[in-house]
Amino acid sequence: MSIERQERQQGAALVAPALLWTLAFFVVPFAAMVMMSLAHMEGRDIVQGHDLGNYLKIFTDPSLRRGIFVSLEITVVVTLISVLLAWPLAWIIATRVPPRWRRMALLLAVLPFWTSYVVRSYSWALVLGEKGVVMNALVGLGLLAEPVQIMATRAATVIGFVHFFVMLLTLTIYSNLIQLSPNYARAAEDLGASRWQVIRLVILPLTLPGVMTGAFLTFVLCIGDYITPQILGGNNELSLPQLIMLQLGRRGDFPMASALSVVLMVIVTLAYAACARWLKMERL
Amino acid sequence: MRYLSWAYLLALFAFILLPVVTLVIFSFQDGRLPVPPFKGATLDWYREILTDRALMEALGNSLIVALLSALVALTLGFLAASGLARVVLPGSVVMRGLLIAPMTVSYLIIALGLLQMFNKVGIRPSLLATGIGHVVINLPLCFAILYAAIGEHQKSALKAARDLGAKEWQVLWFVAAPMLTPALAAAFFLAFTFSWDEFIIAFLLTRFDVTLPVEIWSMLRSGLSPATNAVGSLVFLVSVIVVVALELTLFRKGSK
Repeated sequence: MSIERQERQQGAALVAPALLWTLAFFVVPFAAMVMMSLAHMEGRDIVQGHDLGNYLKIFTDPSLRRGIFVSLEITVVVTLISVLLAWPLAWIIATRVPPRWRRMALLLAVLPFWTSYVVRSYSWALVLGEKGVVMNALVGLGLLAEPVQIMATRAATVIGFVHFFVMLLTLTIYSNLIQLSPNYARAAEDLGASRWQVIRLVILPLTLPGVMTGAFLTFVLCIGDYITPQILGGNNELSLPQLIMLQLGRRGDFPMASALSVVLMVIVTLAYAACARWLKMERL
Repeated sequence: MRYLSWAYLLALFAFILLPVVTLVIFSFQDGRLPVPPFKGATLDWYREILTDRALMEALGNSLIVALLSALVALTLGFLAASGLARVVLPGSVVMRGLLIAPMTVSYLIIALGLLQMFNKVGIRPSLLATGIGHVVINLPLCFAILYAAIGEHQKSALKAARDLGAKEWQVLWFVAAPMLTPALAAAFFLAFTFSWDEFIIAFLLTRFDVTLPVEIWSMLRSGLSPATNAVGSLVFLVSVIVVVALELTLFRKGSK
């Protein structure tokens, strides 16, 4: 009995530092932020209160409400396109590429993943600009009469995001594919399934955990990102994170920034609840 | 089907590598704008950034913050993982959930919360404040990786060491750490990379001493420039070297 108790005490002592850190620098600030979202501004001063005025304003003020929809639309489109592009890529690398080139191909496919996030967005600005490589090539080849504006539009934001998340999803789907026993496919073929049926009815459902894990990560990282929409999308339409930064910058409206953050948090939680059954976060 | 596969592979590789290749090529641009036509090669821009004091200071700051915050996150995560793997504590599930929780919250929200709390208790925006934030985002990662790496085999080895009379720190240092070396290295590497590259927390929680991503961000405000390309190419080069080195040593061993 006393040995068991001692064991527990020692176990608790080992966990305590990490728990205290998380409480002090994650739970407490988060609680403070929720409190702050109930305050409001009078002139330049923050007045602590307990009203839902900020939330009411988010859903009635057109520019704020628009931000939520802009973010949701971009995130959903990016997640869908990224999954559709990444799945075949991961599948080709896992099954078509000769085994000894496999890791090399994967490394190459996700190489820019390891470069600076800010720099990656910048290099898309470079490529997509009016005088950039893409427009130069399209005009040079006679496919376009004159450059089209892509920079500072939603298209640029989506392209920049898709680039990043295709790499992320290729990683999660590939690691799922590589764990599948080839016997599944063989069994299905023996039972008379065509190659296409094997992919659609056997392999695809088995990769659902990898797809959903990657899709959830894509959703969370995409909807909370400030850099990509700010560098590539410009200020024509503002996403939720851009709106949050705008509240901070313009007049230090911490209450409204906090309320918008809570809304962002709620959206992410709903997304988590929607795909929780496929996710094993601890396995990541 | 085979040709289709190769065509798809090539198309996606082109899409994925296009911006990086463009970035590197035009970092050598002998002109003021990093866009076509390519006017010839020069190393002037590299000379310019390597002698830029603000940039080099930011680079040093980033290294320090990434190194220290990754070490703290790794230590806390290691202790917590071995504690939770050792005994079933009342509320184990809640504790695990709490430790993992920051992973599902946007960095922007973590940064905003910390900024408000630091304002209230009078901690100025600084590298220390940024480092604290980076430990918050990396602790869940380190914990999850190490907790997953402690299997039944490891648990019984740790128990055997304790039964033979090893003190707790001896168990951790001489038994747990050597057994978990690959996981420890992977967790440290990921934590270091995430901190090194992190922007929004550093942006909101620093003021005068900034980290490299924040410094690059302020370079962007002056528009496209081959100097920015050069910085980006150097950062890219360093990451590629690190990733390839890891691939050749750590992960190759692990996969065999």
